[in-house]
Amino acid sequence: MQVKEFKIKWGMVIDIDKCTGCGACMVGCQVENNIAPMTKKDPYNYVQALTKDRSEASDKLMTLTWMNVYELSNGKTFPEHETAYLPRPCMQCGNPACVPVCPVVATDKNEEGGIVSQVYPRCIGCRYCMAACPYHARYFNWWDPLWPEGMDKGLSPAASVRPRGVVEKCNFCHSRYLDAKNKARQDGEDPMNLADGAYNTACADICPTKAITFGDLNNPEHAVHDLAKGKHAFRLIEKMGLDPQVYYTSEREWVRKQGDNYNADGGGH
Amino acid sequence: MDSKLFPEGTQRCGFGQWLIWMAFLVGVFLWGFYAAVLVLYNGIGTTGLDNYFGFGAWITFDLAVIALGAGAFFTGLLKYILKIKQLEKIINLTVIVGFCCYAGAMLVLVLDVGQPARAWFGYWHPNVHSMLTEVIFCITCYLTVLIIEFVPLVLEQKQLNKIPFVHALAHNMHVNMALFAGIGAFLSTFHQGSLGGMYGVLIGRPFAFREGFFIWPWTFFLFVLSAVGSGPVFTVLVATLMEKITGKKLVDWKTKSLMGKIAGTMLCVYMFFKILDTWAWATGYLPTVGLTFDDMFYGVAYGKWLLWTEIVLCGVIPAIMLVTPSIRNRPALFYTAAILDCIGVSLNRYIFTVQTIAFPSMPFDSWQVYYPNWVEYASSIMIVAFGAIVISLAYRYLPVFPLETKLNYQSGK
Ligand code: SF4
Ligand code: SF4
Repeated sequence: MQVKEFKIKWGMVIDIDKCTGCGACMVGCQVENNIAPMTKKDPYNYVQALTKDRSEASDKLMTLTWMNVYELSNGKTFPEHETAYLPRPCMQCGNPACVPVCPVVATDKNEEGGIVSQVYPRCIGCRYCMAACPYHARYFNWWDPLWPEGMDKGLSPAASVRPRGVVEKCNFCHSRYLDAKNKARQDGEDPMNLADGAYNTACADICPTKAITFGDLNNPEHAVHDLAKGKHAFRLIEKMGLDPQVYYTSEREWVRKQGDNYNADGGGH
Repeated sequence: MDSKLFPEGTQRCGFGQWLIWMAFLVGVFLWGFYAAVLVLYNGIGTTGLDNYFGFGAWITFDLAVIALGAGAFFTGLLKYILKIKQLEKIINLTVIVGFCCYAGAMLVLVLDVGQPARAWFGYWHPNVHSMLTEVIFCITCYLTVLIIEFVPLVLEQKQLNKIPFVHALAHNMHVNMALFAGIGAFLSTFHQGSLGGMYGVLIGRPFAFREGFFIWPWTFFLFVLSAVGSGPVFTVLVATLMEKITGKKLVDWKTKSLMGKIAGTMLCVYMFFKILDTWAWATGYLPTVGLTFDDMFYGVAYGKWLLWTEIVLCGVIPAIMLVTPSIRNRPALFYTAAILDCIGVSLNRYIFTVQTIAFPSMPFDSWQVYYPNWVEYASSIMIVAFGAIVISLAYRYLPVFPLETKLNYQSGK
């Protein structure tokens, strides 16, 4: 297993016991990153009528949701029944499944900070990375992006809009990282040693219950450093060996067990 | 009307009848072409694919035709490098079938990538760690080799060949064919393997992931073996279908039987390793990631019956049938085995493509079922029609089968 190590390692710790499943993180991400909503009709494309309508927002297998909230259940009936919500951004894996498979180096993990990048103008849309990512963190632009009239005026100038036919995914709000580094330079601080909170992602920012904490996992001054080492911290399907930079924590054992393929006889890596 | 163009000493059906046949094929082709245009114009959202199934019918079709097209390189290798003379009775057809399969696979890929205009980036920004880069390299180069192998056959067209320059060119190309057969065999082995490797390296997909040998996971070798274990009999099936349609004998039984023996032997080797591999995967790898063999299957759509059908019904059984001379030399049984063999390899490609990603890798996720829609079927059928058109043209005007006159017109009957 080859894990790429960096001096700075941006990561997240998501407290599942605090998450209410409200979906604010999904909305925050959508707006921050100019993610096109699904619109059924394309007023500019008459040929569309000859095949099928574009997908609409209710088709969850076609929508672009870099941040996705999953619902977990302990599988018991009423008085004992419990649910939990698990927000899933890209795990920015240390040993990413998606990077080595890309035939054109459109995705790479090389920048200080350990964020897995995605270069849209280079992506040929083969979707091999989607087949590789077990977290379903990658999304394909099935249709030309289209914003309902008026909504296009609300686009953020900081994030590029992706064309049809390329794969996209969460990049820990990379434009915010660039902004934070620029601000540090302006303020005469070291951009390679940002203070806790100087760079924060939209989903962590917007979360009403503060379930998402973001920071440098390698920096003891950042809250995530200790949180990730907490007694109840775990990572999703760790046994596969992708070494995610996103940690979860829950005091409930059944939640932690669902975080990995649990096999009573299984050894584990 | 066009009888002057027919190969020396052969007879063909009337021009009108021929036109009706071609019109049918072109009609089917155009239907698929319509679907293809819609895909290119509207985007891949038009298909049945989604974020869960980034790979689906097209990739399955691609992998299957490429495996079935393996008759070209493997027969070429045996004929030109190992000098098995008998195979020259069918070598032309293997080249044509291989060409159709590879050209078709490339056409489907043009539809399948989201940004077809950037397809050349595989050469411009290659990722040397990606199995897919190797596939892109080898497939494109190998298609070129197949074209080079096809050209002399075209040049041997009766009227063309009367031109001295063309005649000399064709002769020279023939003389050097061993070189191209060698290059072709090398390229083809590598990309058949890389196609398997593509799945084997998916660390996050326990259904497909395999440890392996050096940089190659076991699936690399399994794909090569399964392709050479089915490609030759696929060519024989194509020849037999042509015999049924034209009502002529085109390839002698001895050659067919030899092709069956070759495929059968390779299939036996493949099945031996495939069974070992499945065993090692189920008992060795899966437990390390907290999974069991049973976890890998689901309902009817992804049930264990698929695995058993692939390995036993379409693997072990045809392998035994093809290597047993008494069974192989009974045409009905031979063809049955050949068909099972081809279904088996296609099924393998389907399972590796679809079941691999249908498996819920996150424990709280659920199995998803994928259905291709008409756009995917139509564009795949377009490729079959394309192949049929090429083969029909080749059969009518080119000297594809060296034995045709001997088997049909001079048998003394
Ligand atoms: S979560 Fe998926 S897309 Fe993100 S780095 Fe890991 S393998 Fe790649
Ligand atoms: S980090 Fe940014 S891009 Fe990633 S899920 Fe959160 S909001 Fe979206």
